[in-house]
Formats: sequence, structure tokens, C-alpha cells
Amino acid sequence: MTDTISTPKPSVTDSGAGPITRFLRATEIDTRLLGMFAALALIWTGFHIYGALFNGGGAFLTPRNLWNLSVQTSSIGIMATGMVLVIVTRNIDLSVGAVLGVTGMTMGILQVTILPQYLGLGSPLIWIITAIFGIVMGGCIGTFHGWLIAYRKIPAFIVTLGGLLVWRGAAFVANNGKTISPVDSTFQLLGGGPYGSVGATGSWVVGMLAIIGIILALYYGRQNRIHHEFAVRPMWAEVVVGALSCGMVIGAVLLVNAYPWPSGIVKQYIAANNLTVDPDTLFISHGFAIPVLILMGVGILMTLLVTRTRFGRYVFAIGGNPEAAALAGINVRWMTLRIFTLMGMLAGLSAVVASARLNSATNALGLLDELYVIAAAVIGGTSLAGGLGTIYGAILGALVMQSLQSGMVLIGTPTAVQQMVVGSVLVLAVYLDNLYRSKVK
Amino acid sequence: MTNNTGTPLVEMRDISISFGGIKAVDHVTVDLYPGEVVGLLGHNGAGKSTLIKCLSGAYRQDAGDVYINGKKVDIRSPRDARSHNIETIYQTLALADNLNAAANLFLGRELTNAFGFVDEGKMEAETRKIMARLNPNFRKFHEPVSALSGGQRQSVAIARAVYFNAKVLIMDEPTAALGPHETQMVAELIEELKAQGLGIFLIEHDIHNVMKLCDRASVMKNGQLVGTERVEDVTEDDILSMIILGKNPKREAA
Repeated sequence: MTDTISTPKPSVTDSGAGPITRFLRATEIDTRLLGMFAALALIWTGFHIYGALFNGGGAFLTPRNLWNLSVQTSSIGIMATGMVLVIVTRNIDLSVGAVLGVTGMTMGILQVTILPQYLGLGSPLIWIITAIFGIVMGGCIGTFHGWLIAYRKIPAFIVTLGGLLVWRGAAFVANNGKTISPVDSTFQLLGGGPYGSVGATGSWVVGMLAIIGIILALYYGRQNRIHHEFAVRPMWAEVVVGALSCGMVIGAVLLVNAYPWPSGIVKQYIAANNLTVDPDTLFISHGFAIPVLILMGVGILMTLLVTRTRFGRYVFAIGGNPEAAALAGINVRWMTLRIFTLMGMLAGLSAVVASARLNSATNALGLLDELYVIAAAVIGGTSLAGGLGTIYGAILGALVMQSLQSGMVLIGTPTAVQQMVVGSVLVLAVYLDNLYRSKVK
Repeated sequence: MTNNTGTPLVEMRDISISFGGIKAVDHVTVDLYPGEVVGLLGHNGAGKSTLIKCLSGAYRQDAGDVYINGKKVDIRSPRDARSHNIETIYQTLALADNLNAAANLFLGRELTNAFGFVDEGKMEAETRKIMARLNPNFRKFHEPVSALSGGQRQSVAIARAVYFNAKVLIMDEPTAALGPHETQMVAELIEELKAQGLGIFLIEHDIHNVMKLCDRASVMKNGQLVGTERVEDVTEDDILSMIILGKNPKREAA
């Protein structure tokens, strides 16, 4: 090696760069990530200030609203992580909303009319069997789509467009269009709500685990670079990155813990546990909702899959150059099949979260979700030309979409106008992304 | 000069492959000995690349057999070819433009750690080592290869073929996109690899390069083999007429 470095040296060359550029270079913070945070901040404060000025009180930047926002983001966010892989490999999946619908409806039938007959009503096995069934069913549908696309060479657009109609229809046929409600009481917790949240202590545990994870990741990342004699970030930059990340974790925990159970639920809780406390003084935190934890778990696993495994590497190689991938011995068809299987499984998992949150399985479950999921992935920086995209971007994209949506609901925008805004924002986001990419290159 | 007695490193015997009724390769036999460079020549569409793709696993021949060290082998995929230590540098380079040099070098053969995760650091370190040998000026280890120059991209593709201890190297017009300096580097590399005992199939259009680099030249026309000649036995004009006319004037005269 000609440029052997004996001691870790800063990767920064300080000459001729402004302080912001130098800061970004030293900390290696993704500017796209910053852009997404800036967009979120703009949307959040914008809605809040609008509410404060015209509706007599800003309702957006409240623990209650942000907590709800996190729960609403879960279902779309979970699917968006899978959509990244689909789009990166130059495919598309228009059927995820319909797959969510049909698995949600089937799970509804399973847990309400079939399983109680054998296990007894309220059996603790019901939610587990139902959830696993939903994920497997989604996976099977995805496998079938993937097979048609990869081995029967029908374009993904057509297969999943057909799938959209077929599975939406199947969801109706499955229960003759009737809504199933309520669902199993344990299953319901997977959708959030006061009981479907982990509380203050649980949230701190989650937060601490996240902080330990961040510190370990930074430490081993640095050790690895030193081991291979690569340039490392200056120590101050490591500290800044660590402090920012941990600060956001702590902020999130404080936020979800600041949202108390509503007084009605508190009274119920006191009555059920025979407590002698004044319900007005008892402050019980929601903490992180279970669906949000599911989304975080999915996000971490998918990030590992994409960035740390051969599977993930091949996804991007196929997206960058399918011929080169095939010549490198990658079985492109088999990969495509597996990617659609994974997408289906995630749609099944989203069906669990979505039907549990609504406490019902309806025909409208997942309606238009495919568009929000694709929009989330694209706003998050996934290139429709293939080969580019990140999991965190897609999750943030889902949060941006959901923030717009619920912000407009809060300030009382009519549904028709909401749609117009969401559509315009999607187009604008992709345009800005193009500009960003051409500037960076 | 190499000693062409004994068992050839590669023998492609009576290979045929057709696409939709057109015979792209028609009963062609070529062989390659250790430490030898065999040039494959012919017009565009003569069937050189197609023939060679049967060896690299990109295509599968309709008829004929491939022998490695005298043993018949069945190459069904690029993975099979690689397992026989056959490496290919494609004319298109076959790089994933969105990935960096290390990711491309190890594509399909990623190094993994104890947990089965891709070992990014190890791969980059190995890439730095091989690039230091092949192209000491190479610095862009973190950029996607789309940001590299033609020569740099070429060196990544060559590094990929050389890194994995190839015994047989297939080079499809390795200098087509290169400047004179880089072409010289490739020529030196070919000499070096040859000295190490590799066998190289070189698809090349430039007749000077063929005379300079190759030990033997196999000429193809319209999917058929015109003939294989030792380069020292023929002139540039002989080779050219084999390419253009499909026959060797000297043999015709004899």
C-alpha cells in the first residue's frame, strides 16, 4: 500500500472549505438525511404555527399528536422498508395495499371465527398463531408474484397491478364485504393504544438499549477502521455524532413518556386493579407504542440485511447492473423471487399492525397504501431507476407523508385538497431529489 | 515460447450454439496451454464473444464439450466457471456502477465475518492491496465506480479477475477504451500473468497488439473457425486475410 497510515489520521483536509462543509465532512453526516430532517421540521412547525394563528392553538407539536403520528406511520413505514428493495432492483409492487387488505381480512376470520372454536375465546395462542399466519400468508402471495415476475417473465408492474385488483376483490369475497370487529384482545395490543404501549419504564429500557447500540456501533466502527489502517473521524466528530444520536433517542423517550393515558382509561385501570388513587393525579405514560417498536425492529433488521449481508449487496448490484450481477454469478431470478416474498411478508406484518390498530378488519384496510408506500420510499431517496435507496430514508419518507396527512387533518383541510397536496409534494420531492443528486455529483 | 505438448489447460471441443436458428458458433475447437496467450480474432459478429461466453458460463453451448486439464467439465453458470478458476474481463467490464471498487471486486464472492455479515473493512483493505499493485494511483475507494475514469474502471475489472488466483483468464477487448499509457500497462500485466503460468484468451481487434501479445491466434468468421496459427509463423497480412477472406493465403498456396 502506497499510502500506509501508521496512526489514525483525520479524514478531513481543512483547506478551502467553509465551517459547515468541514463539519459535515468530519462527521460524515449524510446531507440527504439532514435535508429530510429539515423538511420534517418545516412541516411540523408549519402546521403548528398555522394552527396557533388560525385555529386558536397549535395542536401539532404536542406529545399526543406526535405519539399518534408515530403509530400512524408504522404500517406504511414497515412496508416502505421492503419497497426499497423492490424499487432498488428496478421493480415495483402495486399490490401491497391489497395484500394487506386480504391478509388482514383472513386474519380477522381466523382469530374471530375459527381459532376460538379450538382454543377457546381469549386464548393467548390466538394472537401468535394469527400474526404468524398473516406474515406467512403475505409471504406466500409475495412468492407467487415473484415467481410470475422472475420465472414467467411478466413485468412486475403488470403482475402487481393484477394483484392489486385480485387481492382487493378477494378481501371482499372472503367475508362477503362484512367488517370483522372486534379482534382478539391480545392481538389488538399490536396496534398500539394505552394498553398496547410499553409505558415509561419500558420506554427508558428501549432508549437505553438504543444508546448502548449507538455507542457500540461507533466504537466498533472506529476500531475496524483503525484495524485496517483507514482514515478515521476526528474524536470530536465521533462525540458529536454520538451525542446527536443519543440526544434524539432521549428526546423520543421523553416525548412518548409525556403523553399520559386519557382519564377514562385511567379510571378503568384504577377500578380494574382496585387502587385507591385519585384518577386526576395519576399520571400514566403511554411510552412507545408496540407498532412503533415493531417498525423500529423491522428498520434495524432490514438495515442489517441491506448493508451487512450478501443478500443486500446483491440487491444493489442487480439494481446497478443486472447483467453484471448475473455475470458475477448472482442468481437474479431467485433474488427477485425472494425480494417479493420479503415484501409480501412485510405487507402481512403491516396487516397485523393496521387491523390491530383499527381493532377490526374492513374492506378498506390498506386502500391506496401502495401509493403511500411507494411515495415514502421515493421521498426517502430510493431511485426508480434502481440501485439507490436506504431503509432509514424510506422510514423518514413514511414519516414525512404521514406528517403531511395528519397535519392537514388537524388544521381541517378537506380530503380532496389533502390528496392534491400529497400528490404535489411527491412530485416536488422527486424533483428536488434530482436537483440534489446532480449538485452532489 | 510455450511448450504446447501435454495436456492443454483448456480445450473447447466442437462447440456449437445458435440463437433463433442463427448459428453463432458452428463446431469450433480451440485450446489453450498454461503460460500461453491465444488471440481470438474476427469481425464483429464472428462469434468470438459468444464462444468465450460458453467458457465463462454466461451461455451454455448446444453441442460440444469443455475440458479443463483434460477433464470434461460442465459449466452451467458464471459460478461454475469461477469454481474452475476461470475469470473473465468483459468488454462492458460488467461493473455495478452504483457500488464502489471493493464491492465490485468481491461481487458474488464477498468476504464475511464470523457472523456471516459482509466484512466491508477487510474487503476494502484487500482491494487497496491489489490496486496498489495494478494501479498505484488509484484513490477512489469510496466512490461508486460510475465516478471513475475509463482506465480506473478497467483496473477494477482487471483486479477482480486477477485477485482470485485465476488459472484461465478471458479478456474481451481489454484495451478498447484505454489510452496509450493504460494500454501499455495492460500489455505489461498480460506478460506478467503469462509468466506466472496463466492461460489467457484474448479477444482483440488491433492486429499489432495480437502480434505483440499473443502466442497463437485463432481466427473466426461467420461462427466458424478459419484456423489457428502460431503468431511467429505468419505475417500481419496473413492474419488479416484470414479475418477478411476467411482463408490463409499461405496454406492455400502450399
